[in-house]
Amino acid sequence: MHLGHPHDHAAPAVSADATRPDGSRRALRIGLGGPVGSGKTATVAALCRALRDRLSLAVVTNDIYTREDAEFLLRHAVLPPERIAAVETGACPHTAIRDDISANLEAVEDLEEAVGPLDLILVESGGDNLTATFSRGLVDAQVFVIDVAGGDDIPRKGGPGVTTADLLVVNKTDLAPYVGSDLDRMARDAREQRGDLPVVFTSLTGEDGVAPVADWVRERLAAWTSAGAA
Amino acid sequence: MSRSALLVLADGRFPAGGHAHSGGAEPAVRAGRIKDAADLERFCRGRLHTTGLTAAALAAAAALGHDPAALDAAADARTPSPALRAAARRLGRQLMRAARTAWPAAELDALAEAFPRGAHQPVVLGTAARAAGLGPEDAAHCAAYETVSGPATAAVRLLGLDPFQATAVLARLAPDTDDVAARATAAARRGVDALPAASAPLLDITAEQHAAWPVRLFAS
Ligand SMILES: Nc1nc2c(ncn2[C@@H]2O[C@H](COP(=O)(O)OP(=O)(O)OP(=O)(O)O)[C@@H](O)[C@H]2O)c(=O)[nH]1
Ligand SMILES: [Mg+2]
Repeated sequence: MHLGHPHDHAAPAVSADATRPDGSRRALRIGLGGPVGSGKTATVAALCRALRDRLSLAVVTNDIYTREDAEFLLRHAVLPPERIAAVETGACPHTAIRDDISANLEAVEDLEEAVGPLDLILVESGGDNLTATFSRGLVDAQVFVIDVAGGDDIPRKGGPGVTTADLLVVNKTDLAPYVGSDLDRMARDAREQRGDLPVVFTSLTGEDGVAPVADWVRERLAAWTSAGAA
Repeated sequence: MSRSALLVLADGRFPAGGHAHSGGAEPAVRAGRIKDAADLERFCRGRLHTTGLTAAALAAAAALGHDPAALDAAADARTPSPALRAAARRLGRQLMRAARTAWPAAELDALAEAFPRGAHQPVVLGTAARAAGLGPEDAAHCAAYETVSGPATAAVRLLGLDPFQATAVLARLAPDTDDVAARATAAARRGVDALPAASAPLLDITAEQHAAWPVRLFAS
């Protein structure tokens, strides 16, 4: 909350403010949600590897009852430890990203204060159900990650994550032949649910498998930066 | 005082970070001390009359306009567990954000500036109550109620406890909660040096143990 700044005195702490108290533009915040095991942490790790050379990054994880996601990212050294923060969610991961975002806001602001200025902060939600979405007070854009092995009828079922996320990622396409998932049908159903909102198919086991997501993130970042310059 | 403002501040959905804390219920459940609604009621009654009274008096004192820095020091002195001190400051900082947005006030700004890492939650709660046009009794009621509603909600999640039973526990505790709030307010009116220092050593000990667990559902 950068409350130490003297000129912050009169400013109420509005979470969605695009500027930091010192007037500089804060980092773009992107949330990643989706069902358990769909590949959120794998996507975060791959994004960090793809973007870290050009951008200043940090990650917030919301584990349900462990620090496994944070520890996975640390173990694989995708970022230095001071750029990774874990938030505890009291058994309710969707509450921490939607209804009461205070702990997550603190985490992103603390990261920005400690290792900033940052270009991008990725916030991974604890694996939850199809209704979990991020508050606009916490993130500027959200990615919903599902996988082909969770059933190829998930795009058809819809729900707020599938229908409203700024990007839908259908991951683990390498497994489609083994689980009998129909990727064309998933793409068709997703288009029906989402209209013009983008959908990408990924396999993170392949070389640079995260590229479609990384490209989308770069676009969002360019838009965020130019909005700040305007 | 505005009764409706009190409802806003006391609402369990007020977004101030409390949902991630169990108020000592998680270690008590793990140790087998809370297994059902009757256990929960005993746990909550003990908590209410110890740390609940202390927190309520601090909140009432802040709502009366006593020096928040002195109250924060008083809260520190009454919180021997470093884990609970850290949790109280974190919750204070989170409450501060919600309160400043809900009831913008120079006193909240000043407190936020004096304690950028967070003042003790009951001190922020009392200052927020003041900003909302509420009095010391209201602040004391909020603080006392929170000390039991937190564990009750946590027990529902941890034990799959019947939510109607958990709510009935809170209803049965209402006379005690009123009584604690009244005693807390009376003490706060006598000044900072008269604030109660009731504590529950077992809650302090289990909070320290809980903070070291590698796997847990709640932050405290
Ligand atoms: N075959 C295959 N496996 C993948 C792919 N992406 C991730 N996985 C594996 O799927 C498992 C779960 O991936 P995570 O990234 O931990 O999933 P998550 O969504 O973060 O899971 P939670 O945080 O527990 O909800 C891991 O074993 C990954 O290695 C993929 O594209 N193909
Ligand atoms: Mg994960």
